[in-house]
Amino acid sequence: MLLEIKNLRAAIDGKEILKGINLTINKGETHAIMGPNGSGKSTLANVLAGREEYEVLEGEVLLNGKNLLEMAPEDRAREGVFLAFQYPVEIPGVSNTNLLKNALNEIRKYRGEEPLDSMDFLNLIKSKMKLVNMPQDLLSRSVNEGFSGGEKKRNEIFQMAVLDPMLGILDETDSGLDIDALKVVANGVNVLRSPEKSFIVVTHYQRLLDYIVPDFVHVLYKGRIIKSGDKSLALYLEEKGYDWVKEHTDEFMAV
Amino acid sequence: MQFKDRFSQVFSKFESGLNGESKLPVHQLRKDALQSFHEASFPTVKDEDWKYTNVSVLADLNFELASSADEALLMPILEKSKYSDENFCHLVFFNGIFQEHLSDIIDQPGVFAGNLKTGLKKYPEVIEKYLGKYATHKDGIFTALNTALMSDGAFIYLQDGKVIEKNIQVIYVNGDKAPVSINPRNLYILGKNAQVKVVEAYEGVEGAVYFTNKVTESIVDANGYFEHILIQDESTSAYHISTTEVDIERQSVLKNYNICFGSAIARNDINGRFNDQYGELTFNGLFIGHGKQLIDNHTLIDHAMPNCQSHELYKGVLGDMSRGVFNGKIYVRQDAQKTNAFQENKTILLSSDAHIDAKPQLEIFADDVKCTHGATIGQLEESQLYYLRSRGIGPELARTMLINAFADDAVQNITIDEVRESVEALIAEKLA
Ligand SMILES: Nc1ncnc2c1ncn2[C@@H]1O[C@H](COP(=O)(O)OP(=O)(O)OP(=O)(O)O)[C@@H](O)[C@H]1O
Ligand SMILES: [Mg+2]
Repeated sequence: MLLEIKNLRAAIDGKEILKGINLTINKGETHAIMGPNGSGKSTLANVLAGREEYEVLEGEVLLNGKNLLEMAPEDRAREGVFLAFQYPVEIPGVSNTNLLKNALNEIRKYRGEEPLDSMDFLNLIKSKMKLVNMPQDLLSRSVNEGFSGGEKKRNEIFQMAVLDPMLGILDETDSGLDIDALKVVANGVNVLRSPEKSFIVVTHYQRLLDYIVPDFVHVLYKGRIIKSGDKSLALYLEEKGYDWVKEHTDEFMAV
Repeated sequence: MQFKDRFSQVFSKFESGLNGESKLPVHQLRKDALQSFHEASFPTVKDEDWKYTNVSVLADLNFELASSADEALLMPILEKSKYSDENFCHLVFFNGIFQEHLSDIIDQPGVFAGNLKTGLKKYPEVIEKYLGKYATHKDGIFTALNTALMSDGAFIYLQDGKVIEKNIQVIYVNGDKAPVSINPRNLYILGKNAQVKVVEAYEGVEGAVYFTNKVTESIVDANGYFEHILIQDESTSAYHISTTEVDIERQSVLKNYNICFGSAIARNDINGRFNDQYGELTFNGLFIGHGKQLIDNHTLIDHAMPNCQSHELYKGVLGDMSRGVFNGKIYVRQDAQKTNAFQENKTILLSSDAHIDAKPQLEIFADDVKCTHGATIGQLEESQLYYLRSRGIGPELARTMLINAFADDAVQNITIDEVRESVEALIAEKLA
């Protein structure tokens, strides 16, 4: 078991957003999380990544049996968590290369490995750039500064490919991508998939799940997972919409 | 004892130690300066120019003129701060005293880079013509004091058309057991079409109490290029008062980088003047404060002539209870049409107890000019820190990366790679 979320409740600015999440992810599994705007998907992703603005009210999260919630954000990353942000921030003056070099070496140091020499680093970067069709100039530019919406998303996946996490969390990586970019990004993720690695894919659209086929689909609604199923649940949602889920919330809640 | 009385005593001692040197014309300048020193008033926070910077502590300390240096104490600091022999000639001063055996004097036809004392033997009339004409002893008590007590400093002189290919690093390494007073006096004279790059560094023994009161005069004749990088990393128990006067002629380019990390109180006055048309001045600054440090930057750019450009960017990073001051005066005189003046000051406060007083001061008397200025104060962006940390980067390195990114545009145009890299390393060291 890679990740175990038990009765997780979290709040921001005193407002409870996550109201008791239970979710277990085994190694090698890909889980999709769907749900209407404001239901708490990004909150869950950020609580897992360690954003400090969120207050955990209750519950437990174990990553490989270790207490994730006690770790600083950088230690979570070093333990193998990666969040591809829904809204990646711009960092003027810090180049993508500089970010990745420092990130890789900090992660390696944590694991007791030597820093990568420049040659190995460059080779790694080059191969991962190819993987997601990343234009060369985005590499030397400041992180996300002036990137188009699609370029930002692609950059997130590129970073993920370089850092090669145990658990990749993709928060609406598909929104803002054109159809070709979507395929490229999905392919990038699929290449990273392995029996050792797991993914959480947050999305509003079935379309992405045609390319990244999930093992499980969950519906998050008002801070709770109200329904889980296999990939057919996504199709069902696409057909019936969230209204259908909302109308049937009470039934689900009762269960 | 009062500041003035103390330094009168210091001067008497100094004068009696001069022997033959007191017969040189430069000594008359010292005596005139002493007179001005007595006439000037010691600054208090009631003076507009010293509003944020209380230097009364200087009156309480028992400074003696530095007359020797403990080489064993200063040598390691020199080794650490010295740039490569490959790119640099070095002029080394310990407690203001020239260290010839550690320096590389350049003395070639039409080119001199060495110390002022040696220069006085070689080019007495040149020095007499320029010394004290730009930073005059009437300019306030500290310039008067420096002039009265000046005994040595860097002297760089390039006749018309001369270029020094190697860069020059002037290094002052300071500190002693007792509180010493150090009065470096630097003079840089560039003839027409002359070019040189000079790093002027002030380093200190951490914890040592002393008072550096330096004055630099730079004169750049027509079509000259002068890149001047000030690096101040003195002991955080020391006091550093720095006056830099800059005067440029037709179509000359002067770039001043004022990088300030050290001392308990630092006061930097940098004054530039266009003496003819089509000149270009860059005044950039970067200051990082910690603990209870106070770093006060006063700049003045005098657009006395038309068709000149000035570009000024000052960046500050203040942590703990440190304080910063940026006061940027720009005068555009009535005749100075087609002036293009840009000024910007940005500060990041790393703690809620840190403080900056920023004051742009533009006085524009011409009408056909382009002048812009801005001042901003902010904090590190939490969302950017989180982003970096979420990639596995620890908070210290993340902070350093963001501050480097913030600071970088103040120093990125320094054309000597080695200096830029060392400044970046220093930033990281200061933030650790
Ligand atoms: N600082 C805050 N104070 C109060 N409420 C907040 C704050 N930040 C976020 N929220 C609320 O938390 C709720 C969950 O937001 P979250 O971003 O997790 O939703 P989401 O499921 O990712 O939505 P979307 O599909 O639109 O991305 C929203 O109602 C949002 O308004
Ligand atoms: Mg969201």
